[in-house]
Amino acid sequence: MPRRHTERITSPAATTVGRITTTGRRLPGEGGLTEVLQLLVNGLAAGCIYGLIALGFVLIYKATEMVNFAQGDLLMLGAFAAYTYIGLFGLPYWLGFILAVLSMAIFGFTLDAVVLRRVIGQPQFAVVILTIGLGFIFRSAATLIWGPDIRTLGTPFSNSISQFGPIVIPDVNLSIIGGTLAISGVMYGFFRYTKLGVAMQAASQNQLAAYYMGIPVRLVFSLIWAISAGVATVAGILLAPVSLIDPSTGFIAIRAFSAAVLGGFTSLPGAVLGGLIIGVIEQFSALYLDEGFKDVAAPVVALIVLAVYPQGLLGQRQRKRV
Amino acid sequence: MAEPLLQVRNLETYYGPIVAIRGVSLDVHAGQIVTVLGANGAGKTTILKTISGVMDPQKGTVLFEGRPIQKMNPDKVMRLGISHVPEGREVFPFLTVQENLAMGAFIRHDRAGIARDTDMVCDYFPRLRERFKQPAGWLSGGEQQMLAISRALMARPKVMLLDEPSLGLSPLLVKEIFEIVLRVNREQKTTILLVEQNANVALNVADFGYVIEVGRIVMEDTGPRLLEKDDIKEFYLGLKEQSARGGRRWKKRKTWR
Repeated sequence: MPRRHTERITSPAATTVGRITTTGRRLPGEGGLTEVLQLLVNGLAAGCIYGLIALGFVLIYKATEMVNFAQGDLLMLGAFAAYTYIGLFGLPYWLGFILAVLSMAIFGFTLDAVVLRRVIGQPQFAVVILTIGLGFIFRSAATLIWGPDIRTLGTPFSNSISQFGPIVIPDVNLSIIGGTLAISGVMYGFFRYTKLGVAMQAASQNQLAAYYMGIPVRLVFSLIWAISAGVATVAGILLAPVSLIDPSTGFIAIRAFSAAVLGGFTSLPGAVLGGLIIGVIEQFSALYLDEGFKDVAAPVVALIVLAVYPQGLLGQRQRKRV
Repeated sequence: MAEPLLQVRNLETYYGPIVAIRGVSLDVHAGQIVTVLGANGAGKTTILKTISGVMDPQKGTVLFEGRPIQKMNPDKVMRLGISHVPEGREVFPFLTVQENLAMGAFIRHDRAGIARDTDMVCDYFPRLRERFKQPAGWLSGGEQQMLAISRALMARPKVMLLDEPSLGLSPLLVKEIFEIVLRVNREQKTTILLVEQNANVALNVADFGYVIEVGRIVMEDTGPRLLEKDDIKEFYLGLKEQSARGGRRWKKRKTWR
Protein backbone atom coordinates (compact mmCIF):
# COMPACT_ATOMS: atom_id res chain seq x y z
CA MET A 1 0.00 0.00 0.00
CA PRO A 2 2.69 2.57 0.82
CA ARG A 3 4.27 1.80 -2.51
CA ARG A 4 1.23 2.80 -4.43
CA HIS A 5 0.84 5.85 -2.31
CA THR A 6 4.26 7.25 -3.12
CA GLU A 7 3.82 6.36 -6.74
CA ARG A 8 0.80 8.48 -6.82
CA ILE A 9 2.50 11.48 -5.41
CA THR A 10 5.48 11.22 -7.69
CA SER A 11 3.80 10.43 -10.97
CA PRO A 12 0.06 10.72 -10.93
CA ALA A 13 -0.26 10.18 -14.67
CA ALA A 14 1.62 6.90 -14.64
CA THR A 15 -0.55 5.37 -11.96
CA THR A 16 -3.84 6.26 -13.54
CA VAL A 17 -2.85 4.76 -16.84
CA GLY A 18 -2.51 1.24 -15.57
CA ARG A 19 -5.84 1.30 -13.83
CA ILE A 20 -9.24 0.34 -14.96
CA THR A 21 -10.83 3.68 -15.49
CA THR A 22 -14.38 2.40 -15.27
CA THR A 23 -14.17 1.98 -11.52
CA GLY A 24 -14.08 5.73 -11.35
CA ARG A 25 -10.96 5.84 -9.24
CA ARG A 26 -9.24 9.14 -9.44
CA LEU A 27 -6.73 11.20 -7.65
CA PRO A 28 -7.57 13.87 -5.12
CA GLY A 29 -7.64 17.23 -6.76
CA GLU A 30 -7.67 15.86 -10.26
CA GLY A 31 -11.23 17.01 -10.80
CA GLY A 32 -10.58 20.22 -8.97
CA LEU A 33 -12.55 21.85 -6.22
CA THR A 34 -15.81 21.23 -8.02
CA GLU A 35 -15.36 17.51 -7.82
CA VAL A 36 -14.50 17.64 -4.15
CA LEU A 37 -17.61 19.72 -3.43
CA GLN A 38 -19.71 17.43 -5.54
CA LEU A 39 -18.48 14.42 -3.61
CA LEU A 40 -19.02 16.22 -0.36
CA VAL A 41 -22.65 16.93 -1.16
CA ASN A 42 -23.26 13.36 -2.32
CA GLY A 43 -21.53 12.09 0.80
CA LEU A 44 -23.65 14.32 3.01
CA ALA A 45 -26.79 13.01 1.34
CA ALA A 46 -25.74 9.40 1.93
CA GLY A 47 -24.66 10.36 5.43
CA CYS A 48 -28.06 11.85 6.17
CA ILE A 49 -29.66 8.47 5.53
CA TYR A 50 -27.14 6.79 7.83
CA GLY A 51 -27.78 9.52 10.35
CA LEU A 52 -31.53 8.98 10.31
CA ILE A 53 -31.15 5.23 10.78
CA ALA A 54 -28.57 5.82 13.52
CA LEU A 55 -31.06 8.15 15.23
CA GLY A 56 -33.43 5.21 15.47
CA PHE A 57 -30.74 2.99 17.00
CA VAL A 58 -29.79 5.64 19.54
CA LEU A 59 -33.34 6.56 20.51
CA ILE A 60 -34.20 2.99 21.37
CA TYR A 61 -30.87 2.23 22.99
CA LYS A 62 -30.95 5.26 25.23
CA ALA A 63 -34.45 4.57 26.41
CA THR A 64 -34.54 0.82 26.79
CA GLU A 65 -30.90 -0.26 26.52
CA MET A 66 -31.87 -2.51 23.65
CA VAL A 67 -29.93 -2.59 20.40
CA ASN A 68 -32.55 -2.90 17.71
CA PHE A 69 -31.01 -4.93 14.92
CA ALA A 70 -34.30 -4.76 13.03
CA GLN A 71 -33.97 -1.00 12.57
CA GLY A 72 -33.00 -1.38 8.90
CA ASP A 73 -35.93 -3.67 8.30
CA LEU A 74 -38.26 -1.07 9.78
CA LEU A 75 -36.83 1.25 7.13
CA MET A 76 -37.53 -1.36 4.47
CA LEU A 77 -41.10 -1.88 5.70
CA GLY A 78 -41.60 1.88 5.75
CA ALA A 79 -40.44 2.17 2.17
CA PHE A 80 -42.81 -0.62 1.16
CA ALA A 81 -45.65 1.07 3.04
CA ALA A 82 -45.01 4.25 1.07
CA TYR A 83 -44.83 2.21 -2.14
CA THR A 84 -48.20 0.66 -1.28
CA TYR A 85 -49.88 4.00 -0.64
CA ILE A 86 -48.26 5.91 -3.48
CA GLY A 87 -47.42 3.29 -6.08
CA LEU A 88 -50.30 0.86 -5.64
CA PHE A 89 -53.15 2.99 -4.28
CA GLY A 90 -52.14 5.99 -6.35
CA LEU A 91 -52.31 8.49 -3.50
CA PRO A 92 -50.44 11.80 -3.84
CA TYR A 93 -46.81 11.65 -2.75
CA TRP A 94 -47.10 13.77 0.39
CA LEU A 95 -50.29 12.11 1.58
CA GLY A 96 -48.71 8.70 1.04
CA PHE A 97 -45.58 9.92 2.84
CA ILE A 98 -47.54 10.99 5.92
CA LEU A 99 -49.73 7.88 5.92
CA ALA A 100 -46.67 5.62 5.66
CA VAL A 101 -44.93 7.36 8.56
CA LEU A 102 -48.09 7.19 10.68
CA SER A 103 -48.73 3.52 9.88
CA MET A 104 -45.15 2.62 10.73
CA ALA A 105 -45.27 4.65 13.95
CA ILE A 106 -48.34 2.67 14.99
CA PHE A 107 -46.54 -0.51 13.96
CA GLY A 108 -43.51 0.43 16.07
CA PHE A 109 -45.70 1.26 19.05
CA THR A 110 -47.53 -2.06 18.81
CA LEU A 111 -44.29 -3.96 18.30
CA ASP A 112 -42.99 -2.62 21.59
CA ALA A 113 -46.24 -2.96 23.49
CA VAL A 114 -46.82 -6.55 22.38
CA VAL A 115 -43.37 -8.06 21.85
CA LEU A 116 -40.39 -6.08 23.04
CA ARG A 117 -41.72 -4.93 26.40
CA ARG A 118 -41.46 -8.54 27.50
CA VAL A 119 -37.70 -8.71 27.13
CA ILE A 120 -36.87 -5.51 29.02
CA GLY A 121 -34.55 -6.53 31.82
CA GLN A 122 -33.70 -9.86 30.20
CA PRO A 123 -30.08 -10.60 29.32
CA GLN A 124 -28.74 -8.54 26.44
CA PHE A 125 -28.27 -11.55 24.14
CA ALA A 126 -31.98 -12.40 24.36
CA VAL A 127 -32.76 -8.91 23.09
CA VAL A 128 -30.15 -9.16 20.34
CA ILE A 129 -31.46 -12.49 19.10
CA LEU A 130 -35.04 -11.28 19.32
CA THR A 131 -34.42 -8.18 17.21
CA ILE A 132 -32.31 -10.12 14.70
CA GLY A 133 -35.15 -12.64 14.50
CA LEU A 134 -37.67 -9.85 14.00
CA GLY A 135 -35.53 -8.61 11.11
CA PHE A 136 -35.78 -12.02 9.45
CA ILE A 137 -39.53 -12.08 10.00
CA PHE A 138 -39.94 -8.61 8.50
CA ARG A 139 -37.89 -9.51 5.43
CA SER A 140 -39.84 -12.72 4.89
CA ALA A 141 -43.14 -10.94 5.41
CA ALA A 142 -42.14 -8.27 2.91
CA THR A 143 -41.22 -10.94 0.38
CA LEU A 144 -44.56 -12.68 0.93
CA ILE A 145 -46.61 -9.50 0.68
CA TRP A 146 -44.81 -7.51 -2.00
CA GLY A 147 -42.76 -10.21 -3.69
CA PRO A 148 -39.01 -10.34 -4.13
CA ASP A 149 -38.94 -7.90 -7.06
CA ILE A 150 -37.32 -4.52 -6.95
CA ARG A 151 -39.85 -1.70 -6.77
CA THR A 152 -39.47 1.93 -7.63
CA LEU A 153 -41.16 4.83 -5.97
CA GLY A 154 -41.99 7.86 -8.05
CA THR A 155 -41.26 11.05 -6.18
CA PRO A 156 -41.46 14.74 -7.06
CA PHE A 157 -37.65 14.79 -6.86
CA SER A 158 -36.86 11.87 -9.15
CA ASN A 159 -35.04 12.57 -12.42
CA SER A 160 -34.42 16.22 -11.83
CA ILE A 161 -31.28 18.08 -10.88
CA SER A 162 -30.34 21.43 -9.44
CA GLN A 163 -27.26 23.35 -10.39
CA PHE A 164 -25.36 25.48 -7.91
CA GLY A 165 -22.60 27.10 -9.88
CA PRO A 166 -20.46 24.26 -11.16
CA ILE A 167 -21.97 21.71 -8.77
CA VAL A 168 -24.79 19.55 -10.00
CA ILE A 169 -26.91 17.95 -7.35
CA PRO A 170 -29.75 15.52 -7.99
CA ASP A 171 -32.91 16.82 -6.36
CA VAL A 172 -33.26 13.47 -4.64
CA ASN A 173 -30.10 14.23 -2.67
CA LEU A 174 -31.42 17.67 -1.81
CA SER A 175 -34.64 16.11 -0.55
CA ILE A 176 -32.62 13.74 1.63
CA ILE A 177 -30.56 16.55 3.13
CA GLY A 178 -33.61 18.77 3.58
CA GLY A 179 -35.65 15.97 5.11
CA THR A 180 -32.86 15.13 7.55
CA LEU A 181 -32.50 18.77 8.57
CA ALA A 182 -36.24 18.95 9.16
CA ILE A 183 -36.31 15.74 11.20
CA SER A 184 -33.31 16.83 13.27
CA GLY A 185 -34.96 20.18 13.95
CA VAL A 186 -38.25 18.62 14.95
CA MET A 187 -36.52 16.10 17.20
CA TYR A 188 -34.40 18.79 18.85
CA GLY A 189 -37.44 20.93 19.56
CA PHE A 190 -39.46 17.98 20.74
CA PHE A 191 -36.87 16.62 23.18
CA ARG A 192 -35.83 20.03 24.38
CA TYR A 193 -39.02 21.97 24.77
CA THR A 194 -42.02 19.68 25.07
CA LYS A 195 -43.06 18.08 28.32
CA LEU A 196 -43.40 14.66 26.72
CA GLY A 197 -39.97 14.98 25.11
CA VAL A 198 -38.31 15.90 28.40
CA ALA A 199 -40.21 13.06 30.07
CA MET A 200 -38.78 10.68 27.46
CA GLN A 201 -35.29 11.88 28.33
CA ALA A 202 -36.08 11.50 32.00
CA ALA A 203 -37.36 7.96 31.52
CA SER A 204 -34.17 7.09 29.62
CA GLN A 205 -31.91 8.54 32.29
CA ASN A 206 -33.52 7.10 35.37
CA GLN A 207 -36.39 4.73 34.91
CA LEU A 208 -37.18 4.31 38.59
CA ALA A 209 -37.22 8.03 39.28
CA ALA A 210 -39.44 8.50 36.24
CA TYR A 211 -41.94 6.11 37.82
CA TYR A 212 -41.76 8.15 41.02
CA MET A 213 -42.63 11.28 39.02
CA GLY A 214 -45.79 9.64 37.72
CA ILE A 215 -44.40 9.30 34.18
CA PRO A 216 -46.07 6.31 32.48
CA VAL A 217 -42.72 4.77 31.59
CA ARG A 218 -44.02 1.86 29.53
CA LEU A 219 -46.18 4.10 27.39
CA VAL A 220 -43.21 6.42 26.93
CA PHE A 221 -41.03 3.54 25.75
CA SER A 222 -43.65 2.44 23.26
CA LEU A 223 -43.85 6.01 21.98
CA ILE A 224 -40.09 6.02 21.54
CA TRP A 225 -40.41 2.90 19.39
CA ALA A 226 -43.10 4.69 17.43
CA ILE A 227 -40.82 7.67 16.81
CA SER A 228 -37.96 5.38 15.92
CA ALA A 229 -40.05 3.48 13.38
CA GLY A 230 -41.37 6.76 12.00
CA VAL A 231 -37.87 8.16 11.51
CA ALA A 232 -36.80 4.90 9.86
CA THR A 233 -39.74 5.25 7.49
CA VAL A 234 -38.76 8.81 6.57
CA ALA A 235 -35.27 7.51 5.83
CA GLY A 236 -36.73 4.66 3.76
CA ILE A 237 -38.91 6.95 1.68
CA LEU A 238 -36.14 9.48 1.10
CA LEU A 239 -33.79 6.67 0.14
CA ALA A 240 -36.29 4.91 -2.13
CA PRO A 241 -35.59 6.89 -5.35
CA VAL A 242 -31.84 6.27 -4.92
CA SER A 243 -31.58 2.67 -3.84
CA LEU A 244 -34.98 1.31 -4.97
CA ILE A 245 -37.07 -0.88 -2.72
CA ASP A 246 -36.70 -4.59 -2.15
CA PRO A 247 -36.81 -6.79 0.95
CA SER A 248 -33.05 -6.51 1.49
CA THR A 249 -32.99 -2.69 1.44
CA GLY A 250 -32.63 -2.75 5.20
CA PHE A 251 -29.08 -4.07 5.15
CA ILE A 252 -27.94 -0.47 4.79
CA ALA A 253 -28.49 -0.27 8.54
CA ILE A 254 -25.26 -2.19 9.14
CA ARG A 255 -23.32 0.83 7.94
CA ALA A 256 -25.58 3.16 9.91
CA PHE A 257 -24.69 1.09 12.95
CA SER A 258 -21.07 2.20 12.76
CA ALA A 259 -22.40 5.76 12.44
CA ALA A 260 -24.28 5.36 15.70
CA VAL A 261 -21.23 3.87 17.41
CA LEU A 262 -19.03 6.65 16.05
CA GLY A 263 -21.39 9.25 17.47
CA GLY A 264 -21.32 7.64 20.88
CA PHE A 265 -24.51 5.56 20.73
CA THR A 266 -26.14 7.73 23.38
CA SER A 267 -26.23 11.04 21.58
CA LEU A 268 -28.84 12.04 19.02
CA PRO A 269 -26.71 14.81 17.47
CA GLY A 270 -23.81 12.34 17.60
CA ALA A 271 -25.82 9.85 15.54
CA VAL A 272 -26.43 12.39 12.79
CA LEU A 273 -22.84 13.61 12.92
CA GLY A 274 -21.55 10.03 12.79
CA GLY A 275 -23.80 9.36 9.81
CA LEU A 276 -22.51 12.38 7.94
CA ILE A 277 -18.90 11.44 8.60
CA ILE A 278 -19.41 7.88 7.41
CA GLY A 279 -21.29 9.04 4.32
CA VAL A 280 -18.60 11.51 3.29
CA ILE A 281 -15.79 9.06 3.93
CA GLU A 282 -17.52 6.44 1.80
CA GLN A 283 -17.90 8.81 -1.12
CA PHE A 284 -14.32 9.95 -1.08
CA SER A 285 -12.85 6.51 -0.54
CA ALA A 286 -14.94 5.11 -3.39
CA LEU A 287 -13.47 7.58 -5.80
CA TYR A 288 -9.93 8.01 -4.56
CA LEU A 289 -9.06 4.62 -3.09
CA ASP A 290 -8.95 1.18 -4.61
CA GLU A 291 -12.05 -0.76 -5.17
CA GLY A 292 -13.28 -2.43 -2.01
CA PHE A 293 -12.17 0.38 0.22
CA LYS A 294 -15.58 2.01 0.02
CA ASP A 295 -17.05 -0.56 2.37
CA VAL A 296 -14.06 -0.79 4.65
CA ALA A 297 -13.06 2.84 5.03
CA ALA A 298 -15.95 3.90 7.23
CA PRO A 299 -15.66 1.10 9.81
CA VAL A 300 -11.90 1.61 9.89
CA VAL A 301 -12.32 5.29 10.63
CA ALA A 302 -14.92 4.44 13.26
CA LEU A 303 -12.46 2.02 14.88
CA ILE A 304 -9.68 4.60 14.93
CA VAL A 305 -11.95 7.27 16.40
CA LEU A 306 -13.18 4.86 19.06
CA ALA A 307 -9.62 3.94 19.97
CA VAL A 308 -8.96 7.61 20.67
CA TYR A 309 -12.38 8.55 22.10
CA PRO A 310 -13.88 5.37 23.56
CA GLN A 311 -17.07 7.33 24.36
CA GLY A 312 -17.62 8.12 20.72
CA LEU A 313 -17.62 11.66 19.38
CA LEU A 314 -20.51 13.03 21.39
CA GLY A 315 -21.15 10.22 23.85
CA GLN A 316 -22.45 11.23 27.23
CA ARG A 317 -20.06 10.74 30.06
CA GLN A 318 -21.87 9.74 33.15
CA ARG A 319 -21.01 12.23 35.83
CA LYS A 320 -22.44 11.13 39.09
CA ARG A 321 -21.56 12.47 42.44
CA VAL A 322 -22.39 10.80 45.68
CA MET B 1 -57.89 11.65 66.53
CA ALA B 2 -59.19 11.35 63.02
CA GLU B 3 -58.48 8.37 60.83
CA PRO B 4 -54.80 8.27 59.81
CA LEU B 5 -54.04 9.57 56.33
CA LEU B 6 -51.77 6.62 55.64
CA GLN B 7 -52.17 3.27 57.37
CA VAL B 8 -49.86 0.33 56.91
CA ARG B 9 -51.25 -2.95 58.22
CA ASN B 10 -49.26 -6.17 58.73
CA LEU B 11 -47.13 -5.57 55.68
CA GLU B 12 -44.87 -8.41 54.53
CA THR B 13 -42.56 -7.87 51.58
CA TYR B 14 -39.94 -10.20 50.12
CA TYR B 15 -36.94 -9.82 47.87
CA GLY B 16 -37.29 -13.13 46.11
CA PRO B 17 -37.16 -15.70 48.91
CA ILE B 18 -35.69 -13.24 51.41
CA VAL B 19 -38.12 -11.56 53.73
CA ALA B 20 -37.42 -7.85 54.06
CA ILE B 21 -40.26 -6.72 56.29
CA ARG B 22 -42.33 -9.06 58.40
CA GLY B 23 -45.64 -7.73 59.52
CA VAL B 24 -45.08 -4.00 59.85
CA SER B 25 -47.97 -1.75 60.89
CA LEU B 26 -47.75 1.99 61.19
CA ASP B 27 -49.98 5.06 61.07
CA VAL B 28 -49.27 8.46 59.61
CA HIS B 29 -51.72 11.18 60.57
CA ALA B 30 -52.29 14.18 58.35
CA GLY B 31 -49.89 17.03 59.02
CA GLN B 32 -47.43 14.92 61.00
CA ILE B 33 -43.81 14.07 60.47
CA VAL B 34 -43.46 10.39 61.24
CA THR B 35 -40.05 8.77 61.25
CA VAL B 36 -38.97 5.16 60.90
CA LEU B 37 -35.56 4.50 62.44
CA GLY B 38 -33.40 1.48 61.92
CA ALA B 39 -29.99 0.22 60.98
CA ASN B 40 -28.84 -0.88 57.52
CA GLY B 41 -30.96 -3.70 56.18
CA ALA B 42 -33.69 -3.29 58.77
CA GLY B 43 -36.27 -2.87 56.01
CA LYS B 44 -36.86 0.88 56.12
CA THR B 45 -36.47 1.49 52.40
CA THR B 46 -38.60 -1.55 51.63
CA ILE B 47 -41.49 -0.05 53.59
CA LEU B 48 -41.35 3.12 51.50
CA LYS B 49 -40.98 1.20 48.25
CA THR B 50 -43.97 -0.94 49.12
CA ILE B 51 -46.06 2.13 49.90
CA SER B 52 -45.13 3.88 46.68
CA GLY B 53 -45.83 0.76 44.63
CA VAL B 54 -42.37 -0.05 43.34
CA MET B 55 -42.52 -3.31 45.29
CA ASP B 56 -45.58 -5.45 45.88
CA PRO B 57 -46.24 -6.87 49.34
CA GLN B 58 -46.94 -10.57 49.85
CA LYS B 59 -49.36 -9.83 52.66
CA GLY B 60 -50.92 -6.88 54.34
CA THR B 61 -52.52 -3.65 53.24
CA VAL B 62 -51.60 -0.03 52.70
CA LEU B 63 -54.54 2.35 53.09
CA PHE B 64 -54.30 5.90 51.82
CA GLU B 65 -57.27 8.10 52.72
CA GLY B 66 -59.06 4.90 53.57
CA ARG B 67 -58.57 3.12 50.24
CA PRO B 68 -56.17 0.25 49.62
CA ILE B 69 -53.21 1.18 47.42
CA GLN B 70 -50.93 -1.83 47.81
CA LYS B 71 -49.96 -3.43 44.47
CA MET B 72 -50.96 -0.26 42.63
CA ASN B 73 -48.55 1.00 39.93
CA PRO B 74 -46.15 3.68 41.18
CA ASP B 75 -47.43 6.33 38.78
CA LYS B 76 -51.02 5.78 40.02
CA VAL B 77 -49.93 6.03 43.66
CA MET B 78 -48.15 9.24 42.78
CA ARG B 79 -51.27 10.67 41.21
CA LEU B 80 -53.18 9.99 44.45
CA GLY B 81 -50.81 12.35 46.24
CA ILE B 82 -47.84 10.34 47.51
CA SER B 83 -44.41 11.57 46.39
CA HIS B 84 -41.33 9.48 46.99
CA VAL B 85 -37.88 10.99 47.46
CA PRO B 86 -35.78 7.88 46.86
CA GLU B 87 -32.62 6.90 48.67
CA GLY B 88 -29.57 8.24 46.84
CA ARG B 89 -31.54 11.17 45.31
CA GLU B 90 -31.99 9.62 41.84
CA VAL B 91 -32.14 12.92 40.00
CA PHE B 92 -32.15 12.95 36.20
CA PRO B 93 -28.45 13.66 35.64
CA PHE B 94 -28.57 15.09 32.12
CA LEU B 95 -31.66 17.23 32.64
CA THR B 96 -31.25 20.72 34.06
CA VAL B 97 -32.46 21.62 37.52
CA GLN B 98 -35.36 23.38 35.87
CA GLU B 99 -36.28 20.32 33.81
CA ASN B 100 -35.98 18.07 36.86
CA LEU B 101 -38.45 20.27 38.67
CA ALA B 102 -40.75 20.28 35.65
CA MET B 103 -40.68 16.46 35.72
CA GLY B 104 -41.71 16.58 39.36
CA ALA B 105 -44.82 18.39 38.18
CA PHE B 106 -45.38 15.93 35.33
CA ILE B 107 -48.87 14.98 36.51
CA ARG B 108 -49.99 18.61 36.82
CA HIS B 109 -51.34 20.82 34.08
CA ASP B 110 -51.81 24.20 35.80
CA ARG B 111 -48.98 26.30 34.37
CA ALA B 112 -49.44 29.16 36.79
CA GLY B 113 -49.44 26.85 39.79
CA ILE B 114 -46.33 25.04 38.56
CA ALA B 115 -44.51 28.35 38.09
CA ARG B 116 -45.55 29.41 41.59
CA ASP B 117 -44.33 26.15 43.11
CA THR B 118 -41.04 26.36 41.20
CA ASP B 119 -40.54 29.74 42.85
CA MET B 120 -41.56 28.29 46.19
CA VAL B 121 -39.01 25.46 46.17
CA CYS B 122 -36.33 27.85 44.99
CA ASP B 123 -37.14 30.04 47.97
CA TYR B 124 -36.72 27.06 50.24
CA PHE B 125 -33.47 26.06 48.53
CA PRO B 126 -31.93 29.23 47.04
CA ARG B 127 -29.00 27.22 45.72
CA LEU B 128 -31.27 25.55 43.20
CA ARG B 129 -32.05 28.95 41.72
CA GLU B 130 -28.32 29.58 41.25
CA ARG B 131 -27.97 26.26 39.44
CA PHE B 132 -31.27 26.50 37.59
CA LYS B 133 -29.95 25.92 34.05
CA GLN B 134 -27.24 23.39 34.95
CA PRO B 135 -27.55 19.64 34.48
CA ALA B 136 -28.46 17.98 37.75
CA GLY B 137 -25.49 15.63 37.40
CA TRP B 138 -23.19 18.60 38.02
CA LEU B 139 -24.67 19.39 41.42
CA SER B 140 -23.04 18.37 44.67
CA GLY B 141 -24.60 15.61 46.76
CA GLY B 142 -26.32 18.09 49.06
CA GLU B 143 -27.69 20.09 46.17
CA GLN B 144 -28.95 16.91 44.54
CA GLN B 145 -30.76 16.03 47.76
CA MET B 146 -32.34 19.49 47.78
CA LEU B 147 -33.35 18.98 44.18
CA ALA B 148 -34.82 15.55 44.91
CA ILE B 149 -36.94 16.96 47.74
CA SER B 150 -38.00 19.95 45.65
CA ARG B 151 -38.86 17.72 42.71
CA ALA B 152 -41.13 15.65 44.94
CA LEU B 153 -42.76 18.82 46.31
CA MET B 154 -43.54 19.98 42.77
CA ALA B 155 -46.30 17.38 42.61
CA ARG B 156 -48.01 19.09 45.58
CA PRO B 157 -48.16 15.78 47.45
CA LYS B 158 -50.33 15.10 50.45
CA VAL B 159 -47.68 12.74 51.76
CA MET B 160 -43.97 12.89 51.03
CA LEU B 161 -41.91 9.75 51.59
CA LEU B 162 -38.35 10.77 52.43
CA ASP B 163 -35.72 8.05 52.25
CA GLU B 164 -32.53 8.86 54.17
CA PRO B 165 -32.04 12.46 53.15
CA SER B 166 -28.98 12.66 55.41
CA LEU B 167 -27.12 9.94 53.52
CA GLY B 168 -23.57 11.00 52.76
CA LEU B 169 -24.05 14.66 53.66
CA SER B 170 -22.09 16.82 56.08
CA PRO B 171 -23.73 17.46 59.48
CA LEU B 172 -24.18 21.11 58.57
CA LEU B 173 -26.02 20.30 55.34
CA VAL B 174 -28.12 17.71 57.14
CA LYS B 175 -29.16 20.35 59.65
CA GLU B 176 -30.00 22.79 56.86
CA ILE B 177 -32.07 20.24 54.96
CA PHE B 178 -33.98 19.09 58.02
CA GLU B 179 -34.82 22.65 58.98
CA ILE B 180 -36.40 23.07 55.57
CA VAL B 181 -38.20 19.73 55.79
CA LEU B 182 -39.71 20.98 59.04
CA ARG B 183 -40.68 24.30 57.42
CA VAL B 184 -42.29 22.51 54.48
CA ASN B 185 -44.27 20.40 56.90
CA ARG B 186 -45.47 23.44 58.85
CA GLU B 187 -46.01 25.86 55.96
CA GLN B 188 -47.27 23.55 53.21
CA LYS B 189 -49.06 21.14 55.54
CA THR B 190 -47.26 18.30 53.79
CA THR B 191 -47.39 15.09 55.76
CA ILE B 192 -43.98 13.43 55.85
CA LEU B 193 -42.92 9.85 56.38
CA LEU B 194 -39.21 9.98 57.01
CA VAL B 195 -36.88 7.01 57.05
CA GLU B 196 -33.53 7.59 58.74
CA GLN B 197 -30.47 6.08 60.33
CA ASN B 198 -29.58 9.39 61.87
CA ALA B 199 -31.88 9.15 64.88
CA ASN B 200 -30.81 12.41 66.40
CA VAL B 201 -31.88 14.70 63.57
CA ALA B 202 -34.91 12.57 62.70
CA LEU B 203 -36.36 12.51 66.22
CA ASN B 204 -35.80 16.21 66.63
CA VAL B 205 -38.22 16.99 63.80
CA ALA B 206 -40.59 14.02 64.13
CA ASP B 207 -43.94 14.03 65.87
CA PHE B 208 -43.95 10.27 66.08
CA GLY B 209 -41.35 7.59 65.58
CA TYR B 210 -41.07 3.88 64.97
CA VAL B 211 -37.94 1.81 65.49
CA ILE B 212 -37.54 -1.14 63.18
CA GLU B 213 -35.13 -4.04 63.54
CA VAL B 214 -34.76 -6.88 61.03
CA GLY B 215 -38.13 -6.23 59.49
CA ARG B 216 -40.16 -5.75 62.67
CA ILE B 217 -41.25 -2.71 64.60
CA VAL B 218 -39.74 -3.01 68.06
CA MET B 219 -40.63 0.37 69.53
CA GLU B 220 -43.01 3.22 68.84
CA ASP B 221 -43.65 6.50 70.61
CA THR B 222 -43.73 10.25 70.14
CA GLY B 223 -40.50 11.83 68.97
CA PRO B 224 -39.54 13.56 72.24
CA ARG B 225 -40.29 10.48 74.31
CA LEU B 226 -38.25 8.22 72.04
CA LEU B 227 -35.36 10.61 72.45
CA GLU B 228 -35.51 9.97 76.18
CA LYS B 229 -35.48 6.17 75.97
CA ASP B 230 -32.31 4.49 77.12
CA ASP B 231 -32.09 2.03 74.24
CA ILE B 232 -32.43 4.80 71.70
CA LYS B 233 -29.82 6.86 73.48
CA GLU B 234 -27.48 3.95 73.60
CA PHE B 235 -27.88 2.35 70.21
CA TYR B 236 -28.94 5.19 67.96
CA LEU B 237 -27.57 8.30 69.57
CA GLY B 238 -24.41 6.79 70.96
CA LEU B 239 -25.00 8.41 74.31
CA LYS B 240 -24.72 6.58 77.58
CA GLU B 241 -24.36 7.52 81.14
CA GLN B 242 -20.76 7.12 82.16
CA SER B 243 -21.61 5.50 85.45
CA ALA B 244 -23.41 2.37 84.34
CA ARG B 245 -20.76 0.29 82.63
CA GLY B 246 -17.92 2.70 82.79
CA GLY B 247 -15.34 2.87 80.06
CA ARG B 248 -16.65 -0.06 78.05
CA ARG B 249 -19.51 1.80 76.44
CA TRP B 250 -17.99 1.70 72.97
CA LYS B 251 -18.37 -2.05 72.84
CA LYS B 252 -22.14 -1.76 73.11
CA ARG B 253 -22.52 0.88 70.48
CA LYS B 254 -24.37 -0.34 67.42
CA THR B 255 -24.04 2.63 65.13
CA TRP B 256 -21.47 5.32 64.69
CA ARG B 257 -23.82 8.16 65.21
